[in-house]
Amino acid sequence: MTEPLLIARDLSRTFTSGGRHVTALDDVSLTIAPGETLGLVGGSGCGKSTLARVLTRLIAPESGSIAFLGDDWLALGGGRLRAARRHMQMVFQDPLAAFNPRATVGGVVADALRIHSVVPKAERAAEVARLVDRVGLPSGLMDRSIRDISGGQRQRVAIARAIAVRPRLVVLDEAVSALDVSVRGRILELLVGLQRETGVAYLFISHDLAVVRAVSHRIAVMAEGRIVEEGPAANVLAVPSSDTLLDLIDAVPRLKREPRA
Amino acid sequence: MTTLASLSDLTVTYRRAPAPALTGLSLDIEAGEILAIIGESGSGKSTLARAIAGLLPERTEVAGTLRWPGLDGAPRAGRDIGYVFQDPGSSLNPVLSIGEQVGEGARRHLGLSRRAADAKAVRLLTRVHLPEPQRIARAYPHQLSGGQRQRVAIAAAIAARPRLLIADEVTSALDVLVQAAIVDLLVELVRADGMTLVFVTHDLALASGIADRVAVMAEGRLVELGPAAQVVAAPKAAETAALIAAHIDLATPPLIGEAP
Repeated sequence: MTEPLLIARDLSRTFTSGGRHVTALDDVSLTIAPGETLGLVGGSGCGKSTLARVLTRLIAPESGSIAFLGDDWLALGGGRLRAARRHMQMVFQDPLAAFNPRATVGGVVADALRIHSVVPKAERAAEVARLVDRVGLPSGLMDRSIRDISGGQRQRVAIARAIAVRPRLVVLDEAVSALDVSVRGRILELLVGLQRETGVAYLFISHDLAVVRAVSHRIAVMAEGRIVEEGPAANVLAVPSSDTLLDLIDAVPRLKREPRA
Repeated sequence: MTTLASLSDLTVTYRRAPAPALTGLSLDIEAGEILAIIGESGSGKSTLARAIAGLLPERTEVAGTLRWPGLDGAPRAGRDIGYVFQDPGSSLNPVLSIGEQVGEGARRHLGLSRRAADAKAVRLLTRVHLPEPQRIARAYPHQLSGGQRQRVAIAAAIAARPRLLIADEVTSALDVLVQAAIVDLLVELVRADGMTLVFVTHDLALASGIADRVAVMAEGRLVELGPAAQVVAAPKAAETAALIAAHIDLATPPLIGEAP
């Protein structure tokens, strides 16, 4: 087996809300291998977004360790952190909140290329055009404001920005949850296709078990700040052991073809 | 079956919009049915729901007719029609206690006294299965979770015992576990009270689990209407077939191959 890309050990984090301590993460450990998708599923408030934020260093854990690309990720600072950050990108549920509101489609992607010096300056414009085309956006959108395009198009821009820097891992936090079903399907196909081409790994976080199952090699189920079961997707679903997973399985809407009694 | 509302050739054009949001729509809503209105963003499903409820913005151009053979006269918003919106965080008043806003409909439309309305609010909060309804009546919206706020919005919408309840994307902002519970609650309430439910959603599977009939919208037009199971088993419109093809559940083949 290849060396894991990311190894998280015993991550804990509590928040204080109205004088009460809430444990958002309780000794969470996980690994992500190069090129795989780990699906992280759970209900609201289970700690999955906190985990995403700790892994991407948007917030610090109180205890625990993270190794990313062989480095002590939580100890990195300065130039080495900036260099390593390139390899861990993030896509959120609401891309509008994640962009500079004055940005244009092409500008968002060009900025990512510039900040991380991915390609020589002379090749930047061609690379922006290639990425915009690769995520399925018409070139006519290049100069449009990020506010003037649809939610699905905006999520494609967020994905183009994330993959522009050729990362090893992209953390997708409810990245398709706000989209129409047909748009959702096309974005999932795009993500899977990009993984096949580039070998990028995904941490795919969602409350929707059916969507997680469709794209994940392994699945981790989270409840009350802990990972309650984890394993290859088919095995976890074949023999669900936690109440949370059983509830999530029950809650998946199914198309009813027979009239109700 | 009696017809509650009858829409005929309804066309709705928002102010300054280049094209109608709803075009030539005809549809009867039967009293006591659960009618799901399905469609993607921009299909006109929310415009249809708002047109039925009389909640279109001022100076919206409306052509065609909307009649209410099942009512004595024109429907009164809040009294004959209850409306639950997608985001209870913005439809609830942040500075009014939960009890006050749930009781308001009963005070205004049923002429209850303040004290009687307060008691009614607690009973309504019990009906929507909120734990500790007396404590929640004294709480404010920000103190509740998204799912709890949606239960409060439903309690407020049914306070004046409306004939028609319109639920407009009420579960899209909630996780699947809470979504299932809210849908169960709506079905329980409308069946118990003999209410008519118009359930607007982009999720055909969710609708197929509860609706008697499904109306599929695309680009402002009604493209298919029929019994829920029949529409799912044998879709006639290409748009319906596309929605079915895009559905993902636990039987859908995974998009990925073996782990690397």
